[in-house]
Amino acid sequence: MRRRYIAVKIDVKQNIEGKELINAVSNSLLSLFGEYGASLAELTLIEHDPDANYAIFRCNHKALEMAKASIIAVREINRKKAATQIIYVSGTIKALKKKVQPITGQQASLRL
Amino acid sequence: MKKFVDLNLCAPIKDEKGEAEELIKSSAELGYNAIGVPIPIEATREEIQNLARMSNENNLDLIKRGNLRPRNVRELLSLLNVLRGKREVIAVYCDSKTIARQVAKDHRVDLISFPSLDPRRRFFDPAEAELASKTSAALEIDMAPLLTLGGFQRARLISRLRREVAIAEKFKVPIVISSGTSDKYLLRKPQDYASLAYLFDLSHQTARKALSEFPLRIVERNREKLDSGYVAPGVYIVRRGEDCHDV
Repeated sequence: MRRRYIAVKIDVKQNIEGKELINAVSNSLLSLFGEYGASLAELTLIEHDPDANYAIFRCNHKALEMAKASIIAVREINRKKAATQIIYVSGTIKALKKKVQPITGQQASLRL
Repeated sequence: MKKFVDLNLCAPIKDEKGEAEELIKSSAELGYNAIGVPIPIEATREEIQNLARMSNENNLDLIKRGNLRPRNVRELLSLLNVLRGKREVIAVYCDSKTIARQVAKDHRVDLISFPSLDPRRRFFDPAEAELASKTSAALEIDMAPLLTLGGFQRARLISRLRREVAIAEKFKVPIVISSGTSDKYLLRKPQDYASLAYLFDLSHQTARKALSEFPLRIVERNREKLDSGYVAPGVYIVRRGEDCHDV
C-alpha cells in the first residue's frame, strides 16, 4: 500500500500533547469527510515534537487531498486556538525528515 | 517564483492593540507578497501611511481595498463614484439580486462577494456569471467561514461554493481566493488554501491562480489606471510640455 507522509507545523499558544493533536485532526477529518472518508484516509500521527510544535502524519496516498484539507481545517486543539501549516509532503519518512530538518533545525528529534 | 496575494486581510485600520501589525507579520511569514486591506472611506492619510509602513517593514506590498455594502443600486453607483479613484481594488458585497446584477454589469467593480451563508442569498447563478464575464469582475471566495463554520452549515456552504465555482469556470469568470479574516489563527499559507479549495472541487492549479495570477492582474490593471499618466486603455501621457503653436 502506498502512503504519504505530511510534515505539519502547529501554531498554538500552549504546548499540546500528541493525543490532543490527533484528536483535533481526526475530528476535522470526520467533520469534513465523514466516517467513510476517514476510513479511506487512514490518517495516523507518526511523530510529534511538542517543543518545536512540529508533527508528522501518515495517510493513504489516494486520500492525500482529504488528509491535507482536514489538517488545514483544524482551528482548535483541546479548546486552544491553533493554526496548522503543511510544510512538506513525501512518499518516504526518510526524505521527509531530510527536507524538514533544515526548517525545524533539529536532528531527527521528532517523537510521539 | 510565484507571487501570492491575499486581497482581503481584515487588519484593523486603527491599530491600537498592535493587531494589524501581528496580522501583517503573520501574512509575511506565511509566504504572501502582497496584502489587500479594506480601508474605509473615513480613514485618514496617517492611518493609511501607518499600514503602508507596517507592510513595507515586512516586505509586503499594500493594496488599498474598498469594501462596498450598498443597500440599493443608487447607493452603489454613488459609492463607486466616490471610491473608484481612491482605492486599488473595489469589492462589492451583494445582499440582493438587483445589486448583484448591477455589480456584474459595472466595469468599475473588481470583486463580487456574497457575504451571506444562506444559499438562497448567494446570487451567483449563470445569468450573473454571463454578465460578469463581459466585464472584468472576479468572484471572490473568502476562506474564513470554511474554517469557522461546522456541521450542516459548512456542508451547505461547501455545496454552494462547488456550484459557484462550476458556474464561474463555465463562463470563464476569474475566481479570487482570499482569507477574509482578522484573526491570525484563521490565516493559512497560500498553498494550504489551494489544498482547502479541494473541498469545493477547484483544481489545485486554478486555486493557485486564484491566489496569485488573478488578483495580481486586477491590481496591476487598476494601478495602471490610477497612474497620473493614464488617459485611456493603451493611451498614456509620455511627456508633458507646452502647447504646439504651429498647429
